[in-house]
Amino acid sequence: MVAIPSRHKSVALLAGVLLVQVMMLAVQIKRDSRGRLIRVWAVTAVTPFERTGAWGFGRVRAVWHHYFALRGTARENEALRIENDSLKLAISQLQSKAAEADRLGLLLHFKAINEKTTMVGARVIGASAGTASRTIEIDRGERDGVRRNQAVITPDGAVGKVIEVYRDSAQVLLLTDKDSGVGAMLVDSRIQSPVGGTGELMLTMKYVAAEDTVNVGEKIVTSGMDKIFPRDVPVGTVAEVKQSTPFKQVRVAPAAKLDRLEEVFVLLTQEPLEFQKEGEAASSAPAAPAGDSATAPQASPAAVKP
Amino acid sequence: MNDTFELRGGETHIEVHKFFPGAIAGATILALTLQAALPVYVPKLDFLDLPLLITIYFGLSRRNPSTGLLLGTTIGLLQDSLSGPTVPLGLYGIAKTVVGYLASSIGARLDTEHPLARFSLTVAFFVLHQAVLVLTRRLLLAQPEPWFNMHLAMAAGMNAVLAVPLFLLLDRLRRSS
Repeated sequence: MVAIPSRHKSVALLAGVLLVQVMMLAVQIKRDSRGRLIRVWAVTAVTPFERTGAWGFGRVRAVWHHYFALRGTARENEALRIENDSLKLAISQLQSKAAEADRLGLLLHFKAINEKTTMVGARVIGASAGTASRTIEIDRGERDGVRRNQAVITPDGAVGKVIEVYRDSAQVLLLTDKDSGVGAMLVDSRIQSPVGGTGELMLTMKYVAAEDTVNVGEKIVTSGMDKIFPRDVPVGTVAEVKQSTPFKQVRVAPAAKLDRLEEVFVLLTQEPLEFQKEGEAASSAPAAPAGDSATAPQASPAAVKP
Repeated sequence: MNDTFELRGGETHIEVHKFFPGAIAGATILALTLQAALPVYVPKLDFLDLPLLITIYFGLSRRNPSTGLLLGTTIGLLQDSLSGPTVPLGLYGIAKTVVGYLASSIGARLDTEHPLARFSLTVAFFVLHQAVLVLTRRLLLAQPEPWFNMHLAMAAGMNAVLAVPLFLLLDRLRRSS
Protein backbone atom coordinates (compact mmCIF):
# COMPACT_ATOMS: atom_id res chain seq x y z
CA MET A 1 0.00 0.00 0.00
CA VAL A 2 1.35 3.42 -0.92
CA ALA A 3 1.90 5.60 2.12
CA ILE A 4 0.92 9.25 1.95
CA PRO A 5 3.86 11.53 2.82
CA SER A 6 3.31 13.22 6.16
CA ARG A 7 3.45 16.71 4.67
CA HIS A 8 0.53 15.81 2.39
CA LYS A 9 -1.55 14.20 5.10
CA SER A 10 -2.88 17.48 6.39
CA VAL A 11 -3.78 18.57 2.84
CA ALA A 12 -5.62 15.30 2.26
CA LEU A 13 -7.39 15.70 5.57
CA LEU A 14 -8.34 19.27 4.66
CA ALA A 15 -9.74 18.14 1.33
CA GLY A 16 -11.65 15.30 2.99
CA VAL A 17 -13.15 17.49 5.69
CA LEU A 18 -14.13 20.17 3.20
CA LEU A 19 -15.67 17.58 0.88
CA VAL A 20 -17.71 16.10 3.72
CA GLN A 21 -19.01 19.50 4.68
CA VAL A 22 -19.82 20.46 1.11
CA MET A 23 -21.76 17.22 0.73
CA MET A 24 -23.48 17.94 4.00
CA LEU A 25 -24.49 21.34 2.70
CA ALA A 26 -25.71 19.83 -0.53
CA VAL A 27 -27.93 17.43 1.37
CA GLN A 28 -29.49 20.27 3.33
CA ILE A 29 -29.88 22.90 0.63
CA LYS A 30 -33.12 22.68 -1.28
CA ARG A 31 -33.47 24.62 -4.49
CA ASP A 32 -37.03 25.77 -5.13
CA SER A 33 -37.65 24.07 -8.43
CA ARG A 34 -35.06 21.32 -8.59
CA GLY A 35 -35.13 19.74 -5.15
CA ARG A 36 -32.15 19.18 -2.92
CA LEU A 37 -28.76 20.26 -4.22
CA ILE A 38 -27.28 16.80 -3.69
CA ARG A 39 -29.96 15.43 -5.98
CA VAL A 40 -29.21 18.11 -8.58
CA TRP A 41 -25.51 17.26 -8.42
CA ALA A 42 -26.16 13.55 -8.58
CA VAL A 43 -28.43 13.91 -11.60
CA THR A 44 -25.98 16.30 -13.26
CA ALA A 45 -23.13 13.89 -12.68
CA VAL A 46 -24.99 10.81 -13.86
CA THR A 47 -26.88 12.28 -16.81
CA PRO A 48 -23.92 12.39 -19.26
CA PHE A 49 -23.19 8.72 -18.58
CA GLU A 50 -26.84 7.82 -18.95
CA ARG A 51 -27.02 9.77 -22.17
CA THR A 52 -23.86 8.14 -23.48
CA GLY A 53 -25.16 4.74 -22.47
CA ALA A 54 -28.51 5.32 -24.11
CA TRP A 55 -26.81 6.53 -27.27
CA GLY A 56 -24.52 3.50 -27.34
CA PHE A 57 -27.36 1.13 -26.63
CA GLY A 58 -29.42 2.77 -29.35
CA ARG A 59 -26.59 2.40 -31.84
CA VAL A 60 -26.09 -1.25 -30.97
CA ARG A 61 -29.79 -1.91 -31.21
CA ALA A 62 -29.98 -0.07 -34.55
CA VAL A 63 -27.08 -2.09 -35.94
CA TRP A 64 -28.71 -5.27 -34.72
CA HIS A 65 -32.09 -4.42 -36.19
CA HIS A 66 -30.74 -3.10 -39.48
CA TYR A 67 -28.08 -5.67 -40.21
CA PHE A 68 -28.47 -8.81 -38.15
CA ALA A 69 -32.18 -9.12 -37.51
CA LEU A 70 -33.30 -8.97 -41.13
CA ARG A 71 -34.45 -12.59 -41.25
CA GLY A 72 -37.92 -11.64 -40.08
CA THR A 73 -37.91 -8.58 -42.26
CA ALA A 74 -37.91 -10.64 -45.45
CA ARG A 75 -40.99 -12.52 -44.27
CA GLU A 76 -42.59 -9.30 -43.18
CA ASN A 77 -41.75 -7.73 -46.53
CA GLU A 78 -43.38 -10.59 -48.38
CA ALA A 79 -46.49 -10.34 -46.20
CA LEU A 80 -46.64 -6.60 -46.76
CA ARG A 81 -46.27 -7.06 -50.50
CA ILE A 82 -49.19 -9.49 -50.53
CA GLU A 83 -51.23 -7.15 -48.38
CA ASN A 84 -50.32 -4.27 -50.68
CA ASP A 85 -51.52 -6.19 -53.73
CA SER A 86 -54.72 -7.05 -51.92
CA LEU A 87 -55.26 -3.42 -50.94
CA LYS A 88 -54.59 -2.26 -54.50
CA LEU A 89 -57.25 -4.66 -55.73
CA ALA A 90 -59.67 -3.46 -53.07
CA ILE A 91 -59.02 0.16 -54.00
CA SER A 92 -59.59 -0.62 -57.65
CA GLN A 93 -62.88 -2.31 -56.80
CA LEU A 94 -63.95 0.59 -54.64
CA GLN A 95 -63.06 3.09 -57.36
CA SER A 96 -65.09 1.06 -59.82
CA LYS A 97 -68.04 1.03 -57.44
CA ALA A 98 -67.68 4.75 -56.89
CA ALA A 99 -67.75 5.36 -60.63
CA GLU A 100 -70.76 3.10 -60.92
CA ALA A 101 -72.51 5.00 -58.17
CA ASP A 102 -71.83 8.24 -60.04
CA ARG A 103 -73.28 6.84 -63.21
CA LEU A 104 -76.33 5.46 -61.43
CA GLY A 105 -76.79 8.80 -59.78
CA LEU A 106 -76.90 10.48 -63.16
CA LEU A 107 -79.37 7.89 -64.42
CA LEU A 108 -81.62 8.43 -61.43
CA HIS A 109 -81.46 12.15 -61.94
CA PHE A 110 -82.27 11.77 -65.60
CA LYS A 111 -85.15 9.52 -64.69
CA ALA A 112 -86.37 11.98 -62.11
CA ILE A 113 -86.55 14.91 -64.52
CA ASN A 114 -88.32 12.71 -67.08
CA GLU A 115 -90.71 10.94 -64.79
CA LYS A 116 -93.60 11.20 -67.25
CA THR A 117 -91.69 9.32 -69.90
CA THR A 118 -91.97 5.57 -69.84
CA MET A 119 -88.52 4.10 -69.98
CA VAL A 120 -86.69 1.11 -68.66
CA GLY A 121 -83.14 1.06 -67.41
CA ALA A 122 -80.86 -1.66 -68.67
CA ARG A 123 -77.36 -2.82 -68.05
CA VAL A 124 -75.07 -3.53 -70.95
CA ILE A 125 -74.12 -7.19 -70.70
CA GLY A 126 -72.40 -7.77 -74.02
CA ALA A 127 -71.14 -6.30 -77.27
CA SER A 128 -70.88 -7.40 -80.87
CA ALA A 129 -68.57 -10.31 -81.42
CA GLY A 130 -66.89 -8.84 -84.48
CA THR A 131 -65.92 -5.52 -85.98
CA ALA A 132 -68.39 -5.80 -88.81
CA SER A 133 -71.20 -4.44 -86.69
CA ARG A 134 -71.59 -2.08 -83.75
CA THR A 135 -74.11 -3.59 -81.38
CA ILE A 136 -74.55 -4.14 -77.68
CA GLU A 137 -76.61 -6.57 -75.66
CA ILE A 138 -78.73 -5.39 -72.72
CA ASP A 139 -80.28 -7.30 -69.84
CA ARG A 140 -83.84 -6.21 -70.57
CA GLY A 141 -86.11 -8.04 -72.97
CA GLU A 142 -89.64 -8.86 -73.89
CA ARG A 143 -90.71 -9.43 -70.30
CA ASP A 144 -89.69 -5.90 -69.48
CA GLY A 145 -91.68 -4.39 -72.32
CA VAL A 146 -88.79 -3.94 -74.69
CA ARG A 147 -89.72 -4.15 -78.37
CA ARG A 148 -87.90 -3.79 -81.66
CA ASN A 149 -87.21 -0.30 -82.99
CA GLN A 150 -87.40 1.31 -79.60
CA ALA A 151 -84.91 4.08 -78.95
CA VAL A 152 -81.99 3.53 -76.59
CA ILE A 153 -80.43 6.53 -74.90
CA THR A 154 -78.26 7.65 -72.02
CA PRO A 155 -78.52 10.92 -70.12
CA ASP A 156 -75.87 12.20 -72.54
CA GLY A 157 -77.81 11.47 -75.72
CA ALA A 158 -78.91 8.94 -78.33
CA VAL A 159 -77.31 5.51 -78.33
CA GLY A 160 -79.14 3.47 -80.96
CA LYS A 161 -82.23 1.35 -81.45
CA VAL A 162 -83.38 -2.10 -80.43
CA ILE A 163 -83.00 -4.50 -83.30
CA GLU A 164 -83.62 -7.87 -81.65
CA VAL A 165 -85.64 -8.71 -78.57
CA TYR A 166 -85.40 -11.89 -76.56
CA ARG A 167 -87.21 -12.97 -73.42
CA ASP A 168 -84.77 -11.40 -70.98
CA SER A 169 -82.38 -9.53 -73.21
CA ALA A 170 -82.20 -7.43 -76.32
CA GLN A 171 -79.73 -6.37 -78.97
CA VAL A 172 -79.15 -2.71 -79.70
CA LEU A 173 -77.73 -1.32 -82.94
CA LEU A 174 -75.48 1.59 -82.07
CA LEU A 175 -75.45 4.84 -84.00
CA THR A 176 -71.87 4.10 -84.99
CA ASP A 177 -72.87 1.03 -87.01
CA LYS A 178 -72.67 1.50 -90.78
CA ASP A 179 -76.28 0.50 -91.17
CA SER A 180 -77.52 2.72 -88.41
CA GLY A 181 -79.32 5.99 -88.86
CA VAL A 182 -81.34 8.50 -86.90
CA GLY A 183 -83.42 11.45 -88.03
CA ALA A 184 -81.53 14.54 -86.85
CA MET A 185 -81.25 18.27 -87.27
CA LEU A 186 -78.77 21.01 -86.57
CA VAL A 187 -79.85 23.01 -83.53
CA ASP A 188 -78.97 26.46 -84.85
CA SER A 189 -79.74 26.23 -88.56
CA ARG A 190 -82.59 23.69 -88.11
CA ILE A 191 -81.28 21.81 -91.16
CA GLN A 192 -82.62 18.27 -91.05
CA SER A 193 -80.64 15.31 -92.21
CA PRO A 194 -80.14 11.74 -91.05
CA VAL A 195 -77.06 10.93 -89.00
CA GLY A 196 -75.52 7.50 -89.41
CA GLY A 197 -72.55 5.47 -88.45
CA THR A 198 -69.34 4.82 -90.31
CA GLY A 199 -68.14 1.80 -88.39
CA GLU A 200 -65.89 4.01 -86.39
CA LEU A 201 -66.44 6.18 -83.36
CA MET A 202 -67.39 9.24 -85.37
CA LEU A 203 -70.83 9.66 -86.99
CA THR A 204 -71.62 11.40 -90.22
CA MET A 205 -74.45 13.69 -91.25
CA LYS A 206 -75.27 12.40 -94.66
CA TYR A 207 -77.23 14.78 -96.77
CA VAL A 208 -76.35 18.37 -96.02
CA ALA A 209 -76.44 20.43 -99.16
CA ALA A 210 -73.21 22.04 -100.23
CA GLU A 211 -74.72 25.52 -100.06
CA ASP A 212 -75.97 25.10 -96.49
CA THR A 213 -73.95 26.65 -93.71
CA VAL A 214 -72.73 24.26 -91.02
CA ASN A 215 -70.41 25.38 -88.26
CA VAL A 216 -68.00 23.22 -86.34
CA GLY A 217 -69.20 22.81 -82.77
CA GLU A 218 -72.86 23.10 -83.66
CA LYS A 219 -75.15 20.77 -81.76
CA ILE A 220 -77.22 18.09 -83.45
CA VAL A 221 -80.38 16.65 -81.94
CA THR A 222 -82.95 14.12 -83.07
CA SER A 223 -85.72 15.45 -85.27
CA GLY A 224 -88.32 12.82 -84.36
CA MET A 225 -88.96 12.17 -88.03
CA ASP A 226 -87.77 8.55 -87.84
CA LYS A 227 -90.61 7.61 -85.48
CA ILE A 228 -88.07 5.93 -83.20
CA PHE A 229 -86.45 8.74 -81.21
CA PRO A 230 -88.47 11.57 -79.75
CA ARG A 231 -87.47 15.11 -80.71
CA ASP A 232 -84.53 16.96 -79.26
CA VAL A 233 -82.50 14.03 -77.97
CA PRO A 234 -78.82 15.05 -78.28
CA VAL A 235 -77.07 13.17 -81.07
CA GLY A 236 -73.71 14.87 -81.18
CA THR A 237 -71.61 17.86 -82.11
CA VAL A 238 -70.24 18.85 -85.50
CA ALA A 239 -66.55 18.03 -85.36
CA GLU A 240 -65.47 18.58 -88.96
CA VAL A 241 -67.02 19.99 -92.11
CA LYS A 242 -65.60 19.33 -95.57
CA GLN A 243 -66.91 20.99 -98.67
CA SER A 244 -68.03 18.46 -101.28
CA THR A 245 -70.49 18.12 -104.07
CA PRO A 246 -73.39 17.64 -103.99
CA PHE A 247 -73.33 17.22 -100.17
CA LYS A 248 -71.00 18.41 -97.48
CA GLN A 249 -69.06 15.83 -95.54
CA VAL A 250 -70.02 16.52 -91.91
CA ARG A 251 -68.35 14.42 -89.24
CA VAL A 252 -70.15 14.31 -85.92
CA ALA A 253 -68.80 13.44 -82.45
CA PRO A 254 -71.52 11.44 -80.68
CA ALA A 255 -73.05 12.96 -77.57
CA ALA A 256 -73.26 9.64 -75.75
CA LYS A 257 -70.10 7.75 -74.88
CA LEU A 258 -70.78 4.95 -77.31
CA ASP A 259 -67.50 3.19 -76.68
CA ARG A 260 -68.01 3.07 -72.92
CA LEU A 261 -71.63 2.15 -72.39
CA GLU A 262 -72.58 0.38 -69.18
CA GLU A 263 -76.11 1.49 -68.38
CA VAL A 264 -78.74 2.73 -70.83
CA PHE A 265 -82.42 3.57 -71.02
CA VAL A 266 -84.86 1.97 -73.46
CA LEU A 267 -87.65 4.40 -74.30
CA LEU A 268 -90.95 2.54 -74.38
CA THR A 269 -92.78 5.54 -75.85
CA GLN A 270 -91.87 8.51 -77.97
CA GLU A 271 -92.82 11.20 -75.53
CA PRO A 272 -90.44 14.17 -75.55
CA LEU A 273 -87.54 14.11 -73.13
CA GLU A 274 -85.76 16.78 -71.20
CA PHE A 275 -81.97 16.79 -71.34
CA GLN A 276 -79.69 18.86 -69.29
CA LYS A 277 -77.55 21.51 -70.85
CA GLU A 278 -73.82 20.77 -70.65
CA GLY A 279 -73.22 23.49 -68.06
CA GLU A 280 -75.97 22.19 -65.80
CA ALA A 281 -74.85 18.60 -65.82
CA ALA A 282 -72.04 19.00 -63.36
CA SER A 283 -73.93 21.18 -60.91
CA SER A 284 -77.32 19.51 -60.80
CA ALA A 285 -76.26 15.89 -61.04
CA PRO A 286 -76.41 14.18 -57.68
CA ALA A 287 -73.00 14.11 -56.15
CA ALA A 288 -71.62 10.77 -55.18
CA PRO A 289 -68.69 11.34 -52.86
CA ALA A 290 -65.94 8.78 -53.04
CA GLY A 291 -66.31 7.90 -49.40
CA ASP A 292 -70.01 7.35 -49.71
CA SER A 293 -69.78 5.50 -52.95
CA ALA A 294 -67.64 2.89 -51.34
CA THR A 295 -70.41 2.00 -48.96
CA ALA A 296 -73.38 2.74 -51.19
CA PRO A 297 -75.63 -0.21 -51.99
CA GLN A 298 -75.18 -1.59 -55.46
CA ALA A 299 -77.94 0.13 -57.30
CA SER A 300 -79.14 -1.60 -60.35
CA PRO A 301 -80.56 0.07 -63.42
CA ALA A 302 -83.67 -1.91 -62.58
CA ALA A 303 -84.21 0.56 -59.81
CA VAL A 304 -85.23 3.17 -62.35
CA LYS A 305 -87.61 0.90 -64.08
CA PRO A 306 -91.05 2.51 -63.96
CA MET B 1 5.65 15.55 28.27
CA ASN B 2 7.23 18.84 27.45
CA ASP B 3 5.01 21.85 27.68
CA THR B 4 6.86 23.54 24.87
CA PHE B 5 9.05 22.15 22.18
CA GLU B 6 10.71 23.58 19.12
CA LEU B 7 10.36 23.08 15.40
CA ARG B 8 13.76 23.41 13.74
CA GLY B 9 13.70 24.56 10.16
CA GLY B 10 17.14 25.74 9.13
CA GLU B 11 18.04 28.44 11.59
CA THR B 12 14.42 29.22 12.51
CA HIS B 13 13.19 28.04 15.91
CA ILE B 14 9.42 28.09 16.42
CA GLU B 15 7.78 26.94 19.61
CA VAL B 16 4.74 24.61 19.61
CA HIS B 17 2.68 25.37 22.70
CA LYS B 18 0.68 22.98 24.82
CA PHE B 19 -2.33 24.02 26.85
CA PHE B 20 -3.89 22.92 30.08
CA PRO B 21 -6.32 20.03 29.72
CA GLY B 22 -9.75 21.31 28.79
CA ALA B 23 -8.40 24.74 27.93
CA ILE B 24 -9.23 24.50 24.25
CA ALA B 25 -12.65 22.96 24.90
CA GLY B 26 -13.45 25.48 27.61
CA ALA B 27 -12.35 28.45 25.54
CA THR B 28 -14.36 27.19 22.58
CA ILE B 29 -17.55 26.68 24.59
CA LEU B 30 -17.15 30.06 26.24
CA ALA B 31 -16.60 31.77 22.90
CA LEU B 32 -19.64 30.09 21.37
CA THR B 33 -21.75 30.96 24.39
CA LEU B 34 -20.71 34.58 24.34
CA GLN B 35 -21.16 34.69 20.57
CA ALA B 36 -24.73 33.52 21.00
CA ALA B 37 -25.50 35.68 24.03
CA LEU B 38 -23.70 38.96 23.45
CA PRO B 39 -25.72 40.20 20.46
CA VAL B 40 -28.87 39.68 22.54
CA TYR B 41 -27.74 41.96 25.31
CA VAL B 42 -25.37 44.24 23.39
CA PRO B 43 -26.58 44.40 19.79
CA LYS B 44 -23.72 46.69 18.79
CA LEU B 45 -21.29 43.82 19.34
CA ASP B 46 -22.77 41.71 16.54
CA PHE B 47 -19.62 42.32 14.47
CA LEU B 48 -17.62 40.14 16.84
CA ASP B 49 -16.71 36.65 15.73
CA LEU B 50 -15.28 35.07 18.86
CA PRO B 51 -15.29 31.50 17.45
CA LEU B 52 -13.15 32.77 14.58
CA LEU B 53 -10.70 34.39 16.98
CA ILE B 54 -10.47 31.14 18.97
CA THR B 55 -9.85 29.21 15.77
CA ILE B 56 -7.12 31.63 14.71
CA TYR B 57 -5.45 31.66 18.10
CA PHE B 58 -5.27 27.92 18.63
CA GLY B 59 -4.33 27.39 15.01
CA LEU B 60 -1.43 29.78 15.29
CA SER B 61 -0.39 28.31 18.64
CA ARG B 62 -0.76 24.59 18.01
CA ARG B 63 0.95 24.87 14.61
CA ASN B 64 -0.35 21.52 13.44
CA PRO B 65 -2.43 21.82 10.28
CA SER B 66 -4.38 18.63 10.98
CA THR B 67 -5.47 19.58 14.47
CA GLY B 68 -5.96 23.18 13.35
CA LEU B 69 -8.39 22.28 10.59
CA LEU B 70 -10.23 19.77 12.79
CA LEU B 71 -10.60 22.39 15.49
CA GLY B 72 -11.85 24.87 12.88
CA THR B 73 -14.31 22.28 11.60
CA THR B 74 -15.62 21.55 15.07
CA ILE B 75 -16.00 25.20 16.03
CA GLY B 76 -17.59 26.04 12.68
CA LEU B 77 -20.11 23.21 12.86
CA LEU B 78 -21.02 24.14 16.41
CA GLN B 79 -21.51 27.73 15.30
CA ASP B 80 -23.70 26.49 12.45
CA SER B 81 -25.73 24.48 14.92
CA LEU B 82 -26.26 27.49 17.14
CA SER B 83 -27.14 29.80 14.27
CA GLY B 84 -30.65 28.53 13.76
CA PRO B 85 -32.40 26.64 10.96
CA THR B 86 -31.64 29.28 8.32
CA VAL B 87 -27.94 28.46 8.39
CA PRO B 88 -27.16 25.03 6.95
CA LEU B 89 -24.62 22.87 8.73
CA GLY B 90 -21.27 23.36 7.06
CA LEU B 91 -21.47 27.04 6.14
CA TYR B 92 -19.23 28.29 8.96
CA GLY B 93 -17.68 24.83 9.17
CA ILE B 94 -16.07 25.13 5.75
CA ALA B 95 -14.85 28.68 6.35
CA LYS B 96 -13.34 27.90 9.75
CA THR B 97 -11.80 24.67 8.47
CA VAL B 98 -9.90 26.69 5.88
CA VAL B 99 -8.93 29.33 8.46
CA GLY B 100 -7.83 26.69 10.99
CA TYR B 101 -5.71 24.92 8.40
CA LEU B 102 -4.03 28.08 7.12
CA ALA B 103 -3.49 29.50 10.60
CA SER B 104 -1.76 26.29 11.68
CA SER B 105 0.31 26.22 8.51
CA ILE B 106 1.39 29.85 8.89
CA GLY B 107 1.98 29.40 12.62
CA ALA B 108 4.38 26.58 11.84
CA ARG B 109 6.48 28.85 9.61
CA LEU B 110 6.29 32.30 11.22
CA ASP B 111 6.63 33.72 14.69
CA THR B 112 3.13 34.87 15.48
CA GLU B 113 3.66 35.94 19.04
CA HIS B 114 4.13 39.61 18.32
CA PRO B 115 0.95 41.70 18.80
CA LEU B 116 1.38 43.41 15.45
CA ALA B 117 1.65 40.04 13.71
CA ARG B 118 -1.42 38.83 15.52
CA PHE B 119 -3.35 41.97 14.53
CA SER B 120 -2.37 41.65 10.87
CA LEU B 121 -3.07 37.93 10.72
CA THR B 122 -6.46 38.38 12.36
CA VAL B 123 -7.45 40.97 9.77
CA ALA B 124 -6.25 38.68 6.97
CA PHE B 125 -8.03 35.63 8.34
CA PHE B 126 -11.22 37.61 8.92
CA VAL B 127 -11.21 38.67 5.27
CA LEU B 128 -10.45 35.12 4.16
CA HIS B 129 -13.21 33.77 6.40
CA GLN B 130 -15.63 36.26 4.91
CA ALA B 131 -14.53 35.39 1.36
CA VAL B 132 -15.08 31.68 1.92
CA LEU B 133 -18.48 32.40 3.45
CA VAL B 134 -19.56 34.53 0.49
CA LEU B 135 -18.22 31.99 -1.98
CA THR B 136 -20.13 29.21 -0.29
CA ARG B 137 -23.31 31.25 -0.14
CA ARG B 138 -23.07 32.22 -3.80
CA LEU B 139 -22.10 28.84 -5.20
CA LEU B 140 -24.09 26.46 -3.05
CA LEU B 141 -26.93 28.47 -1.57
CA ALA B 142 -27.42 30.75 -4.57
CA GLN B 143 -27.64 33.69 -2.18
CA PRO B 144 -26.25 37.01 -3.44
CA GLU B 145 -23.88 38.32 -0.78
CA PRO B 146 -21.51 41.31 -1.00
CA TRP B 147 -17.87 40.32 -1.10
CA PHE B 148 -16.79 43.16 1.16
CA ASN B 149 -18.00 46.55 2.33
CA MET B 150 -17.14 49.19 4.88
CA HIS B 151 -19.05 47.46 7.65
CA LEU B 152 -17.02 44.31 7.11
CA ALA B 153 -13.79 46.27 6.95
CA MET B 154 -14.58 47.85 10.27
CA ALA B 155 -15.57 44.47 11.69
CA ALA B 156 -12.22 43.07 10.56
CA GLY B 157 -10.41 45.90 12.27
CA MET B 158 -12.45 45.66 15.47
CA ASN B 159 -12.00 41.89 15.68
CA ALA B 160 -8.26 42.33 15.17
CA VAL B 161 -8.14 45.00 17.87
CA LEU B 162 -9.96 42.67 20.24
CA ALA B 163 -7.77 39.75 19.19
CA VAL B 164 -4.58 41.32 20.56
CA PRO B 165 -5.63 41.41 24.26
CA LEU B 166 -7.72 38.27 23.88
CA PHE B 167 -4.75 36.30 22.58
CA LEU B 168 -2.65 37.62 25.49
CA LEU B 169 -5.33 36.39 27.85
CA LEU B 170 -5.40 33.01 26.14
CA ASP B 171 -1.62 32.81 26.39
CA ARG B 172 -2.18 32.30 30.12
CA LEU B 173 -3.80 28.96 29.35
CA ARG B 174 -0.49 27.67 28.04
CA ARG B 175 1.51 25.36 30.18
CA SER B 176 4.54 27.16 31.31
CA SER B 177 7.87 25.78 30.06
